[in-house]
Amino acid sequence: MSVDVRMSADGFGWAAKDTLALMKRNLITIVRLPQLLVFSSIQPIIFVLMFRYVFGGAIHIPGWRYVDYLMPGIFAQTVAFGAINTAVGLAEDKNKGLLERLRSLPMSRSAVLGGRTLADVVRNVLVIVLITVVGFAVGFRAHNGVLPFIGGLAILLLFGFALAWLFALIGLSVSNGEAAQAAAFPFLAPLVFASNAFVDPSSMPGPLKWWAKHQPVSATIDAMRVGVHGGPLTHTFVVAILWSVGIIAVLAPLAVARYRKS
Amino acid sequence: MAVTNTAIVADGLRKSFGDVHAVNGISLEVPTGTVLGLLGVNGAGKTTIVRMLTTVLKPDAGHGIVNGLDVVEHAQSVRRSIGLAGQYAAVDENLTGRENLTLVGQLTHLSRAVARRRAVELLDQFQLSDAADRPARTYSGGMRRRLDLGAALVAHPPVLFLDEPTTGLDPASRLALWDVIENLVSDGTTVLLTTQYLEEADRLADNIVVINEGEIAAQGTVSQLKATLGDTVIELQLHNESEAEAAAVALRTTTSAGVIVRVTMASGPATLRDTLNALAAAGITPMHVALREPTLDDVFLDLTTRNLASGAAQ
Repeated sequence: MSVDVRMSADGFGWAAKDTLALMKRNLITIVRLPQLLVFSSIQPIIFVLMFRYVFGGAIHIPGWRYVDYLMPGIFAQTVAFGAINTAVGLAEDKNKGLLERLRSLPMSRSAVLGGRTLADVVRNVLVIVLITVVGFAVGFRAHNGVLPFIGGLAILLLFGFALAWLFALIGLSVSNGEAAQAAAFPFLAPLVFASNAFVDPSSMPGPLKWWAKHQPVSATIDAMRVGVHGGPLTHTFVVAILWSVGIIAVLAPLAVARYRKS
Repeated sequence: MAVTNTAIVADGLRKSFGDVHAVNGISLEVPTGTVLGLLGVNGAGKTTIVRMLTTVLKPDAGHGIVNGLDVVEHAQSVRRSIGLAGQYAAVDENLTGRENLTLVGQLTHLSRAVARRRAVELLDQFQLSDAADRPARTYSGGMRRRLDLGAALVAHPPVLFLDEPTTGLDPASRLALWDVIENLVSDGTTVLLTTQYLEEADRLADNIVVINEGEIAAQGTVSQLKATLGDTVIELQLHNESEAEAAAVALRTTTSAGVIVRVTMASGPATLRDTLNALAAAGITPMHVALREPTLDDVFLDLTTRNLASGAAQ
């Protein structure tokens, strides 16, 4: 029996290499099926145009040009809805038997989910660049300088990574892509729409107002708005980062445990 | 890797899903370099046995030993010495054949160069070189199965698990895949193969274990199992099913399926004379009588009929 020479590396080195190999595999899928990226960008572009030109005139946020208020909300909405891809992709891998094969390989147990969630970060970068261009075309401007703006987007990417773990958990808990899609929406609606993404939550009734002001999507949007418009930068950035780190700390181990078990 | 003459051992494996006892105490051994055929209908528990032995699923009870290593305690080491292919192991449709094989090579921790070289070898071995750089979703069913089998062989595993490798394939692709598997076996690979096709087990397997409802219904070599049925089978074709049932009653020690009734010739030509006499006494004239060698089909039919009979007696 011939035995291949295997590269030497420690456990962590292998986990990183396996994760990168699978991240590359997921990115190839994005390149091979560009319609996935195109379709996931069309919806936010429609939202930009709709809120900028249809509803925007009727929404007044004191001290803001509405387009500057809107774009951080659109960024967050785009990343949140894009995270559905994590759930759908994993559910399909499971449905088609690919996870079965990966489980029979001597690879890192966390790499399947790590490779998937990191590929989604890369996808988010592409989508954010595209939406930024659209935003600038309809009059959006970063008034607080380039670095705070980029900092806000970095916090958004971190939040997208955190959400990907939530949706990884959902994807592993359902049997196929369609079920994953259906299961994802009830999580997204209260996060994205009951938030400060499009309007000021001050106008909302009591408990909803409290939720819309304090939930993680709103915290992330607050950080981006400070990045765009100025304000208590350290405080909002720290709150948003803590949300994402907290979500990852809780959900990533749960998702990996779910992967090991199922 | 521990040196051992038994590549695969299952010792009292059990697995339940809720109330369903999918695998209910399975013990078997596969000597190194041989092929074991795990035979059973859909839902018999074959795939669950394979999933436990390939470390994909943890058994509720019992042990699995592959190449001397426990599949639960030394799962990662076991994974280095096995390949899994078949109905539930899959390839990524959006990657090309080459990318699929290279990815598996990388995840098996071959160096990038070795993984690439191995992919080329396997594409060549499985006649996929022309399609190497096309996404797998453009492949035919037979090509996908060959790629899938190739992916299982990337690390030269000494033990191969094939879960219904030819289910759903057309006859030509099936024959081609059988050739491939026979070549692997002649190179010394130990194979555990599940199938619902008796012909497949007959052609590929040295030993056969018949699984029924999560338990072993019979085991032995192909010839041993056939020998339990005697040397020759009398196959009687009747005019309709009720006549076939009447004939089965008149002949007592028979198995029947539809309009066909089978009698094993335990005591030579005398059995044929007695059979026809018994039918004549019951006023039945068969449409057609044939004498032939027993097949695994007869073994299977015999076992399931016996199970039905014992079930009815309880």
